[in-house]
Amino acid sequence: MRYSIFSLARAALSGHKGWTRAWRDPEPKKHYDVVIIGGGGHGLATAYFLAREYGIRNVAVLEKGWIGSGNAGRNTTIIRSNYMLPGNTGFYELSMKLWERQEQDLNYNTMVSQRGIINLYHSDGQRDAFARRGNVMRINGIDAELLDAVQIRKMLPFLNYDNARFPVMGGLLQRRAGTARHDAVVWGYARAADSFGVDIIQNCEVTGFTRDQNGKVTGVETTRGAIGAGKVGMAVAGSSSRVAAMAGLRLPIESHVLQAFVSEAIKPLIPGVITFGAGHFYVSQSDKGGLVFGGDIDGYNSYAQRGNMPVMEDVCEGGMALMPMIGRVRLLRQWGGIMDMSMDGTPIIDRTPVDGLYVNAGWCYGGFKATPASGLVFAHLLARDEPHEEAKRFRLDRFRRGAMIDEKGQGAQPNLH
Amino acid sequence: MRIACPFCGERELGEFTYLGDAAPKRPAGFAADGGELPSAQDDFFDYVYLRDNLAGDMTEHWYHGGGCRSWLAVTRSTTTHEIKAVRPAPGAGASRAG
Repeated sequence: MRYSIFSLARAALSGHKGWTRAWRDPEPKKHYDVVIIGGGGHGLATAYFLAREYGIRNVAVLEKGWIGSGNAGRNTTIIRSNYMLPGNTGFYELSMKLWERQEQDLNYNTMVSQRGIINLYHSDGQRDAFARRGNVMRINGIDAELLDAVQIRKMLPFLNYDNARFPVMGGLLQRRAGTARHDAVVWGYARAADSFGVDIIQNCEVTGFTRDQNGKVTGVETTRGAIGAGKVGMAVAGSSSRVAAMAGLRLPIESHVLQAFVSEAIKPLIPGVITFGAGHFYVSQSDKGGLVFGGDIDGYNSYAQRGNMPVMEDVCEGGMALMPMIGRVRLLRQWGGIMDMSMDGTPIIDRTPVDGLYVNAGWCYGGFKATPASGLVFAHLLARDEPHEEAKRFRLDRFRRGAMIDEKGQGAQPNLH
Repeated sequence: MRIACPFCGERELGEFTYLGDAAPKRPAGFAADGGELPSAQDDFFDYVYLRDNLAGDMTEHWYHGGGCRSWLAVTRSTTTHEIKAVRPAPGAGASRAG
């Protein structure tokens, strides 16, 4: 069923009883050309682009729980392309362009809202760094505007501009950045992939790989039986090391917990996304009215999907320093998700040393904004066996070659990226 | 999470800083005669970049900067955050002082 204003009107007149399910619930087949492990945004987008762009439609997406139950349902929904290093700039701008046409492509309302992101600066040095970042973005055809405190005050009058230690001096604005509805992104890709014949198989945990005598991966063992595959792609960020270990691989990744928070709903207050430059705090307001905010990862290895008090305190302190009236708002919910923290803070999209197995991992805490481009370039890799032009720097062997893409400049210490 | 420091008693997490898995050991890199070992590049690549990233019990290094400033070897479950054992890190000054 194609969604439109007419289908909505028809359904409304018949009491909304005519809606059909958005994707099938098939039994797994014995064999697929491509099996994708992980039914999050990235896995589903990969299946969609495999079918639409590369004509490979005998594809299954295997999901341990229900689709979108991992990080696709736990992020803070921000989309942006304000990166500086070669490799990142082109890739994230490709993603932003795909976000801009996503709703038409998918025939699904993913609530993409280009409400802008402002990265605040609080010192002369930070202003210079942001001016440089903005210039790099503009050279690469990405929009960026450096604003001073007077311009910021017009847009965000409620900030604490006179903080003695960290005065707000201005900010770097990307107007095309914004937010999207994370669940709708998952459902939109699932529905569109399904319409091309992709099988989305939920409650199907991969427990091992089947290999031939040469070591090539020929399929996966699952809780719903063995499934053969021409190629297997992993898109399981958070658990990449665990899945890779089943194939005898060790990855340059540590799993860490990142917490996010949402307040009770209030009237419209925050026009876009704001990041505090003097501490790790960022905030936006959802369409329901809740303030959605977060900060640093907890900093220790974890697969527990929950964090601890020191980071909650740190995030709330950052919020209070930036916009003191946030203290009058009650916290509604708090949760944690598991991040693939790579050794340079940049993702890995590549073949693995195991023939037939491909990896899409290491998204740190920036995976959501990358969803469309990640799907496109991973589909390209699976279909053509060579990296997409915009992902050729995201190779697995870049650590050995010394070609890291370290946007934050922290070195091989994953909990600091 | 609260860590029972062997010197200070049970303290809240904010007093501690995390380094990571205690298992990787810095490779020698050089033979006794001063020549670079043939495996040196592979050994250092493994030491610097690759991790087991265990789901389950892992022994890891924590620094008690908000207390006795000792390096500790903490055995902790990465799936439940339950702390099983806390000892002075082998090789740290505190382990020699007992």
